[in-house]
Amino acid sequence: MSDLTLDSISTQYFDVLKELGNIGAGNATTALAALLQCKVDMKVPQVLTLDFKDVGALLGGEEQIMAGAYLGVEGDVTGSILFLVKKEIAMHLVKKLMGDMASDDFGEMERSAFKEISNIITGSYLNALATMTNLTIYPSIPDLAIDMAGAILSVPAIEFGIMGDKILLIQSQITDDIDIDGFFIMIPDMESYEKILSALGILS
Amino acid sequence: MEVKVGMADLNVCASPDSIITLGLGSCVGAVLYDPTTKICGMVHVMLPDSTTIGAGNNRAKFADTGLDELLKEVIKKGAKKERLVAKIAGGAQMFSVNKSSPMLRVGERNVEAVKKKLKELGIRLIAEDTGDSYGRTVIFYPETGEYLIRAIGKDPKTI
Repeated sequence: MSDLTLDSISTQYFDVLKELGNIGAGNATTALAALLQCKVDMKVPQVLTLDFKDVGALLGGEEQIMAGAYLGVEGDVTGSILFLVKKEIAMHLVKKLMGDMASDDFGEMERSAFKEISNIITGSYLNALATMTNLTIYPSIPDLAIDMAGAILSVPAIEFGIMGDKILLIQSQITDDIDIDGFFIMIPDMESYEKILSALGILS
Repeated sequence: MEVKVGMADLNVCASPDSIITLGLGSCVGAVLYDPTTKICGMVHVMLPDSTTIGAGNNRAKFADTGLDELLKEVIKKGAKKERLVAKIAGGAQMFSVNKSSPMLRVGERNVEAVKKKLKELGIRLIAEDTGDSYGRTVIFYPETGEYLIRAIGKDPKTI
């Protein structure tokens, strides 16, 4: 379906993301509480459609240092996923998980711990999507970058850029002792949009 | 004044102003500069080629149409094409993931596409800081022709 553009399907896809945001963030909250062994609350996630040039402002500027975990998706649905939090928040989560073993910097252990946390969170969203659509979705092992928000976001922006001029993301806020703003960006390949929307009965 | 260039955007400026783009990742920040009039322009290229991708109406998004558009704009501002030189930065690979996506090496492909287009336009590339795996904030000063590159945890450098 080569005439399918992101702009033409974005309204339907937007609704799918809203649903996915709710269920996924719910799953992620439960999984995080179990992993970190503390009480975690969640606010209603927001789905946002942004022009490329406005993405930086949402995250506190293009130069805001963030930790981003990026992974590929294979199976019935193919594409990629980025989970993004501010560096301090990533460190907070890592310290929760590792306790006294964590240092103040992102060494090998801390990076590995953050990848684990990212796995759990992205897995929660992917499970939600798999359950909603009855499709098979396998995530790859994540890779981690700690860098400027603009630089990290160039990766999903470019993937969205193939199809249109906007980026779609889910902003979720969870709270343990601090507010954790997390951004979840899913970029299905073009054929996968169709599969997701068909599986949900939106596109026939 | 500092003129800002966003993602998939372009702008022009003249001395004593400078032009900046924040947090370049796999995108490329390409500058065209006329040293005599001290007029310059910058385009923040996201994707290599408008002919194979072609989605959207934003010409600044692609290396080929972006540089065509930038050339038009700097000439309108008063630059002479014969005097123009180029400096480029960016094109990093932010993540390495075992995934069969053609977009994975997009940074490298953006750099190649920008170079190819510059050659086509007959504009000489005089300096570059491209590739690797980190983000860059880039600022061009038309007064001196210096292109300043900042990255997290690295000393700033000028090309």
